[in-house]
Amino acid sequence: MTRERLVVIGNGMAGCRAVQEVLKRDPGRYEITIFGAEPRVNYDRIMLSPVLAGEKSFADIVINDEAWYADNGIALNAGCKVEAIDRIAQVVRVDDGRDVPYDRLILATGSDPIRLPLPGLDLAGVVTFRDLDDVEAMMAASAQPGRRAVVIGGGLLGIEAAYGLARRGMAATVVHLMDVLMERQLDASAGFLLTEAMRARGVETVLEAQSDEILGKDGRVTGLRLKDGRVLPCDLLVMSVGIRPSTALAKAAGLAVERGVVVDDQMRTSDPHIFAVGECVEHRGQCYGLVAPIWDMCRTLGETLTAGSGTYQGSVLSTRLKVSGVDVFSAGKFGGGEGCEDIVFRDAGRGVYKRIVLEGGKVAGAVLFGDASDGGWYFDLMKSGEDVGAFRETLVFGQAATEGLRGLDPSAAVAAMTDTTEVCGCNGVCKGEIVRAITDEGLDTLEAVRAVTKASASCGTCTPLVEKLLKLSLGDAFQAQTGPKPVCGCTHRGHDEVRRRIVSEELKSIPAIMQALEWTTPDGCSACRPALNYYLVCAWPGDYRDDKQSRFINERVHANIQKDGTYSVVPRMWGGLTSSDELRAIADVVDKFDIPTVKVTGGQRIDLLGVKKDDLPAVWADLNKAGMVSGHAYAKGLRTVKTCVGTDWCRFGTQDSTGLGVRLEKFMWGSWAPAKVKLAVSGCPRNCAEATCKDIGVICVDSGYEIHVGGAAGLHIKGTEILTKVATEDEAVWTICAVMQFYRENAWYLERIYKWMDRVGLAAIKAQVEDPEARRALYDRFSYSQRFFRIDPWAERVAGRDSHEFNPLSRRMEFEPA
Amino acid sequence: MNALVKDPILWTDVGAVTDVPLRGSRRVPTADGDIAIFRTGDGKVFALRDRCPHKGGPLSEGIVHGHAVTCPLHNWSIELATGEAMGADRGKGCAPVVPLEVREGRLFLGRI
Ligand code: SRM
Ligand SMILES: Cc1cc2nc3c(=O)[nH]c(=O)nc-3n(C[C@H](O)[C@H](O)[C@H](O)COP(=O)(O)OP(=O)(O)OC[C@H]3O[C@@H](n4cnc5c(N)ncnc54)[C@H](O)[C@@H]3O)c2cc1C
Ligand code: SF4
Ligand code: FES
Repeated sequence: MTRERLVVIGNGMAGCRAVQEVLKRDPGRYEITIFGAEPRVNYDRIMLSPVLAGEKSFADIVINDEAWYADNGIALNAGCKVEAIDRIAQVVRVDDGRDVPYDRLILATGSDPIRLPLPGLDLAGVVTFRDLDDVEAMMAASAQPGRRAVVIGGGLLGIEAAYGLARRGMAATVVHLMDVLMERQLDASAGFLLTEAMRARGVETVLEAQSDEILGKDGRVTGLRLKDGRVLPCDLLVMSVGIRPSTALAKAAGLAVERGVVVDDQMRTSDPHIFAVGECVEHRGQCYGLVAPIWDMCRTLGETLTAGSGTYQGSVLSTRLKVSGVDVFSAGKFGGGEGCEDIVFRDAGRGVYKRIVLEGGKVAGAVLFGDASDGGWYFDLMKSGEDVGAFRETLVFGQAATEGLRGLDPSAAVAAMTDTTEVCGCNGVCKGEIVRAITDEGLDTLEAVRAVTKASASCGTCTPLVEKLLKLSLGDAFQAQTGPKPVCGCTHRGHDEVRRRIVSEELKSIPAIMQALEWTTPDGCSACRPALNYYLVCAWPGDYRDDKQSRFINERVHANIQKDGTYSVVPRMWGGLTSSDELRAIADVVDKFDIPTVKVTGGQRIDLLGVKKDDLPAVWADLNKAGMVSGHAYAKGLRTVKTCVGTDWCRFGTQDSTGLGVRLEKFMWGSWAPAKVKLAVSGCPRNCAEATCKDIGVICVDSGYEIHVGGAAGLHIKGTEILTKVATEDEAVWTICAVMQFYRENAWYLERIYKWMDRVGLAAIKAQVEDPEARRALYDRFSYSQRFFRIDPWAERVAGRDSHEFNPLSRRMEFEPA
Repeated sequence: MNALVKDPILWTDVGAVTDVPLRGSRRVPTADGDIAIFRTGDGKVFALRDRCPHKGGPLSEGIVHGHAVTCPLHNWSIELATGEAMGADRGKGCAPVVPLEVREGRLFLGRI
């Protein structure tokens, strides 16, 4: 009796697994022939990464050795490429000239790595990362010492390639188009941690980088040039920018092909004798690039080709990265979305970040970094669609923590916990220790428990549990307590702690702070982000790159938004002085741009109100031309310095108040602060510049300068208090800058000087400015910072910086109703 | 006949996804007022009419956090997926959602 002939094109993961699934169900049914373009047996492609990294050998990753083919009577044609399918004659044409007939045919041709069409693509040393030949080419390139590699593409494969090459001693750099590594699997927080982890493993990352040209010499690659002109020298260039289903054979044979070879739920193509599995397939509009769906597809195909009853319904995906010591897991809607809720857990000590996304009370996705051991559990919960409401509180701690408590009401659950159950994962504190501390040491507040046991002192996520333990032990005697006022709802930490740790732990970016201080949201909120951005600007003036998206609109576009969405523009008038040229330029700008309102402000300068956003750069260009710069009327920073006429004109003037005001403004302008800062200098105690209701004021007297602080005349009317008196103008400037810097370094965001002074006391400020060394150090730090910030933001914008802020994305719909 | 079908019929390519800054927004003027396109920290994009349901503030100028934007005028937080006001202002108003599709890295706005 002749058996049906089953021919498989592709000796890869899908092709061989399909054969195994058939053999498992009906071993004698088919006469099986496999063609594989690669000259070797079937191996585990995903383990090429550890082979590249030198952690495994090829022999370790073989799935089916030659004996397997022989034992199962399979004719393996390794190194033989199928060139065509003749569907009428039911034969495949092989590149060695043979025509091989089939009754049933399986396409398992996988996919091809995409090669970006860059100039220089054909140079030697430009490779992709798909099969063993590629790995061998990379290993050869890394053999000589001092070699450099650039990997284009910061997805899973690109990162694994770079890691492998770094392990082999190459200096490796990943160039990625997006601003987050593996953005299709990771949110920004996890992406940031990955960037750091890769750096620690010798892999540098260049984000938001577009490749322009591959450079070469004598036919060999020498570097990669980016669109912004940067050149990254290299001896090996790995392109890992994605894959494309390998469909050429199917297309030429006239099968239905979209992005992949189209199959139905039985894995059948548009020809009933031809089936397809693996990465070459498109099922219900979906192509896959991971092995889990392939196993599902092959199971169905095994059914179809034997009993005939299989149904494939698509796969839910999860991803793990294979870089030693970097535990990453991602699945589902890891980034949240419509109607989703996030549970975020961070443990800075262990470098852990977990984000569980819930939707309708069910797990909809998860991203885990640093500890992915519960990935499988979350993935199961996600696939099963189980309602997790009952154990939501402990969900983020993982399976072990949760299973102990499941099904019980919360207080009963706490009572039922054994003494050795860990309550605080960050500090490894068990229930028994906490209860003992409460009873033995008579603790009755959360703060006290924190201080004694450290429980809930780090990420704070277990705070509710600790409170329940207090309640359980103390009964009604316990009242929930609060610690220092938190920055916002994203953290339980206060401003002081955040500021202190930015400096002591050298945290230099918002994601770094959020991780180290265990923020409970993925990217903060509109309250904490501007605060953190300011704290970084203040702590690291030379290093930190301002995060525009964490600034309020006024500071982002350097103008004040008005209620109708137009802006007001206030140029600086140093010390309240102006000239006919400036006034003429202002008048011209008003006419040219049809500015509806011109007003003298309460701060001794002129406000142009009702400027259209798109006109801002042009308005500034004209003002700049007349020598005027931004007045920062929008800034949490130095605003105006009001002056009176002083000795120049006034019959009572004791010192040059106008000159001092101008000097102060010219030195201090552009500086950022926790809140707005207004100065004034009056020439005598008659105080025409209203210096005694300013943040910092100077009253000139015969013998020198009285420095006042802590005034305001807005929501609260506060007269200043006198800080000190100095003899010379220089000393006045040093003192004022020192106060400013002390305030900049210590106040909480949005806290004006008078409020800060209420909190810390005048004496604390006095102590700083009356100690010459402390004053000097503060002044120096202020001066250093001003090197970076005494810059006109308008001129920068006129020169084209952040032009996207002022231009619409597109004008193509401008005249169409939408 | 099929009056209930609200599928947008016209799609306009308004730019690349990466033209919108992460945790930021860009606007697209139309004859009926601006549309705001947002890109969140995790790279997702959303489109709303650029008018806050409170007093018409330009949402495109707000701070984007999570999947929400805070209006620059009086700090209402608006959920990007639905345009609904969040938190204490929930139920008080909604910025209309505009159909948006991403195709091969390009943004397409739909008109009904
Ligand atoms: C334009 C101006 C009114 C005017 O036409 O005179 C003005 C306009 C605004 N003030 Fe003022 N203040 C102006 C001088 C003042 C003064 C007078 C002064 O500086 O001597 C005060 C009292 C002094 C003080 O600051 O204590 C003043 C106390 C306030 C306050 C209350 C501050 C406080 O801490 O109590 C606010 C609210 C705030 O900052 O949170 C405020 C806020 C505002 C804002 C920014 C409201 C807002 O958020 O939109 C207004 C912006 C309008 C715009 O778009 O330009 N404005 N504001 C003045 C601009 C001065 C300048 O040249 O930069
Ligand atoms: C380095 C690397 C790491 C990876 N890591 C992971 C991971 O961690 N997790 C995960 O889920 N997935 C991972 N993947 C993806 C996974 O390997 C693929 O999804 C899987 O291999 C696809 O199986 P396939 O059989 O469809 O294609 P392949 O395994 O590529 O097999 C297709 C085979 O068909 C052959 N072929 C093509 N055309 C012809 C022809 N005309 N004639 C004869 N033979 C032909 C090819 O030579 C190839 O051998 C990784 C991939 C790579 C390259
Ligand atoms: S007083 Fe009130 S209304 Fe007048 S400018 Fe100041 S904030 Fe606006
Ligand atoms: S207009 Fe948006 S909050 Fe008032």
